[in-house]
Amino acid sequence: MPSLGASRTKHAPWLLSTPALAVFVSMLLTPLVLTGLLSFYAFDSQRGLTDTLTLANYLEVFTDGYYLEIFGRTAAMALLVTLVCIVIGVPETVILSRMQGRWRGIFLLVILAPLLISVVVRTLGWSILLGTQGLINNALIAIGVLDEPLRMLFTFSGMVIALVHVMVPFMVLSVWASIQKLDPQVEQAGLSLGASRATTFVRVILPQLLPGILSGSIIIFALTASAFATPALIGGRRLKVAATAAYDEFLSTLNWPLGATIAVVLLVANVVVIAGCNRWVERRFRSVFES
Amino acid sequence: MQRNGPLALIFHTLFLAFILAPLVIVVVVSFTDKGYISMPTDGLSLRWYRAIFEARELTDAFLFSAKLGIAASCCAMVLAIPAALALTRYRFRGRGVLLAFFMSPLMIPQVVLGAAFLRFFNIAGLSGSFFWLMLTHVIVIVPYAMRMVIAAATGMNREIENAGLSLGASPLTVFRRITLPMLMAGIMGGWMLSFIQSFDELTMTIFVATPGTMTLPVAMYNHIAHTIDPLVTSVSAVLIFGTVILTLLLERLVGLEKVLIGRG
Amino acid sequence: MSFLSIKGLGKRFGDFVAVNNLDLDIERGEFISLLGPSGCGKTTTLQMVAGFVEPTGGTVFVAGKDMTRVPPEKRGMGVVFQSYALFPHMTVEQNIAFGLEMRGVTGHELRTRVGDALSLVRLDGLSHRYPRELSGGQRQRVAIARALAIRPEVLLLDEPMSNLDAKLREEMHIELRAIQRHLNITTVLVTHDQVEAMTMSDRIAVMHGGRIVQLDTPYNAYEHPATNFASTFLGKTNCLVAEAMPSAQTGEGQIKVGDATIRTSPYNLTGKVHAYIRPEKIHVRPADDSGLTGRVRTKLFLGSLWMLEVETELGPFMVNVPNSAPITCGEGDTVTLAWDSRDVKVLPCEESVHA
Repeated sequence: MPSLGASRTKHAPWLLSTPALAVFVSMLLTPLVLTGLLSFYAFDSQRGLTDTLTLANYLEVFTDGYYLEIFGRTAAMALLVTLVCIVIGVPETVILSRMQGRWRGIFLLVILAPLLISVVVRTLGWSILLGTQGLINNALIAIGVLDEPLRMLFTFSGMVIALVHVMVPFMVLSVWASIQKLDPQVEQAGLSLGASRATTFVRVILPQLLPGILSGSIIIFALTASAFATPALIGGRRLKVAATAAYDEFLSTLNWPLGATIAVVLLVANVVVIAGCNRWVERRFRSVFES
Repeated sequence: MQRNGPLALIFHTLFLAFILAPLVIVVVVSFTDKGYISMPTDGLSLRWYRAIFEARELTDAFLFSAKLGIAASCCAMVLAIPAALALTRYRFRGRGVLLAFFMSPLMIPQVVLGAAFLRFFNIAGLSGSFFWLMLTHVIVIVPYAMRMVIAAATGMNREIENAGLSLGASPLTVFRRITLPMLMAGIMGGWMLSFIQSFDELTMTIFVATPGTMTLPVAMYNHIAHTIDPLVTSVSAVLIFGTVILTLLLERLVGLEKVLIGRG
Repeated sequence: MSFLSIKGLGKRFGDFVAVNNLDLDIERGEFISLLGPSGCGKTTTLQMVAGFVEPTGGTVFVAGKDMTRVPPEKRGMGVVFQSYALFPHMTVEQNIAFGLEMRGVTGHELRTRVGDALSLVRLDGLSHRYPRELSGGQRQRVAIARALAIRPEVLLLDEPMSNLDAKLREEMHIELRAIQRHLNITTVLVTHDQVEAMTMSDRIAVMHGGRIVQLDTPYNAYEHPATNFASTFLGKTNCLVAEAMPSAQTGEGQIKVGDATIRTSPYNLTGKVHAYIRPEKIHVRPADDSGLTGRVRTKLFLGSLWMLEVETELGPFMVNVPNSAPITCGEGDTVTLAWDSRDVKVLPCEESVHA
């Protein structure tokens, strides 16, 4: 029930939202529509942007091996990063939740704070660490594990490592939110009924964390698939992903329609993955949990 | 609740090392005295910190990013506060859609936003304008601002506003003297989060920044891509330090969990 | 002409009728409780009187003025909310002063009136504390002081005691009643707690399904409930399903329960009826042939009384035995139950009964 007096006006909420709505419609909806339209224009390498409408861009993006490889690499990267984040992020969050008050807060802060640092800085750190003269190589050579420096920069695995660093706080956040909703007495009930600590964890606690793990995974997958800075700096020119390919078309080749096409594909894929998976998670778990 | 065993603590330490490694290395390298990215094996030097003052392009970019961030955050809050109140106080048809619309920039890849804005600016001839660049940032940060204010407004006991009315305060007075102060922590937290997001923004801005409207992340990215000197590391170290301060402030103010999850 | 006059007040939300054609006349200085279970419409009624909810029908008059469409900030009523709704960012003093500020009261007069309000609720000395530094009971007193500081003509209380523990609640009942009497303020209290309603009110309006089913003094409402709902909601009672019978003697009625004939207070009904006997009106004797015999199934000690459940051929009976002397019967014993026929109230069968 509206509080400021018995419903003053039915238009109040719309009036209040108008400024934001105006900005969003003009600055978000319009540019997106324009970009969508752009993807249908033909591009001529001599004359540039033409006025003819065509589906050639979409055809190229979906059939040319070059782009298929890029999309494949992007998807593989996103999948791998997501999996690694689950494998290391979930246990860490559980460990955090078992710490005593003060430490818990401090470590949570330390893990989440990097989210507030620009991705350029974080990626810079990785490019230093992963370089052939980088710390990791030097350390590994020093302790005798390697004879020669391992090439990690400008490799797929290097990219994955750096991306995991960028993304894992999201997994921690998501699982943490789930853990907050846990009723500690449910775990106690499991133990009181005779289940061992390990069984209780796997059969009682983990299933309750599943929504958090899944929603974190969805976020990470989508963000990784759209990632730009880290693949650009760590992957380099040869390992293109969707975002860097779009960037190339817009700012190097200047084939804007093609760039727009890649952008549209990326957008649609993102929305489908996020919205679709979220709905699936919701439906699957709605009967089990209240939000 | 189970205590953490030694295995868990080792894992935890490794995890923390993983999280902190790139940040620590940047700070360490910033103290090198050599002209290329290297460890300060010959002793610590402030050479690259002093160099910041001479690097006009980076200091200009820093100031520009700060100006942009402040402007964009203020603008975002002005848009977000009434909209957030509308969304939390009223039940109306289209509320869900409106909320999704305002949150949509979170779902849209920054590359796509960058490309879209680039196209838009190109057609409308708006390239190089501070105001329009600021608006692109506003779009990107409004979801964060709004989420914070929505969380604060939802957690508020509405009977308190009714109490104000019953004591004779007009709705405007209630908003000014009661609602706004109670939302203040959320508003300030939202502003700071918005500022940080704007300041750090790279991927979208790279498409629309021009030499006249250069933000710090874009300048740093260009620097890294083209040069090998450690100047970026000292700048980064300063940024890391600044972020640490801001993080502590945010935590004290609103609690970091609430900031990043939105609902705490 | 009554001071607070509610006529035909109604509120519907879509198809749901929360308040149905309510009439209520309250005299100046009277303390009225709106008593009923959750969902009966009592809070909605209060909110319409306060102005937070717009009625879909009917009127609210205060001292002859039509207040029905007047916004809440212009009604000048003191409201105490269930959650107390204290301003968390203001001290106790600032909370209480707020209403006075809105009325342009400043300086010395402001300070005096705030001080008076604090003394009234016995919270002197806490004026500089913030709500979060106060206990539940203290917060409630601040809420009351804040509402009374503006010297309202009407005081509205929405279940203000529900968050207090039992002992504190009892104390507050007495204190609040004393304050109200002292100030002679017209008061409307909303509650689901019948003890609360009976302790403090001049009259009780028992509400059910959006309507007032009985408006009476606490004693009359309890002793002579007008409906099945009122019988079972106010206090505990034993209920018998019976057949109406023509009365054998004047001043008395009769009903048929199974094979037995029971004398009751006079009534004028036919067909199926409900008969009610309060547990405290039933006397327990060692078994003899003079009355209804039964076996004691349960015996519970409640401090000031014993509560017995006695199985009889007419069904189970709840009996209250005051703890004025050691009790003689125990579980499993056979006893005889007896009562005065005037204590058996007969009501028609149609309405639903509060479970």
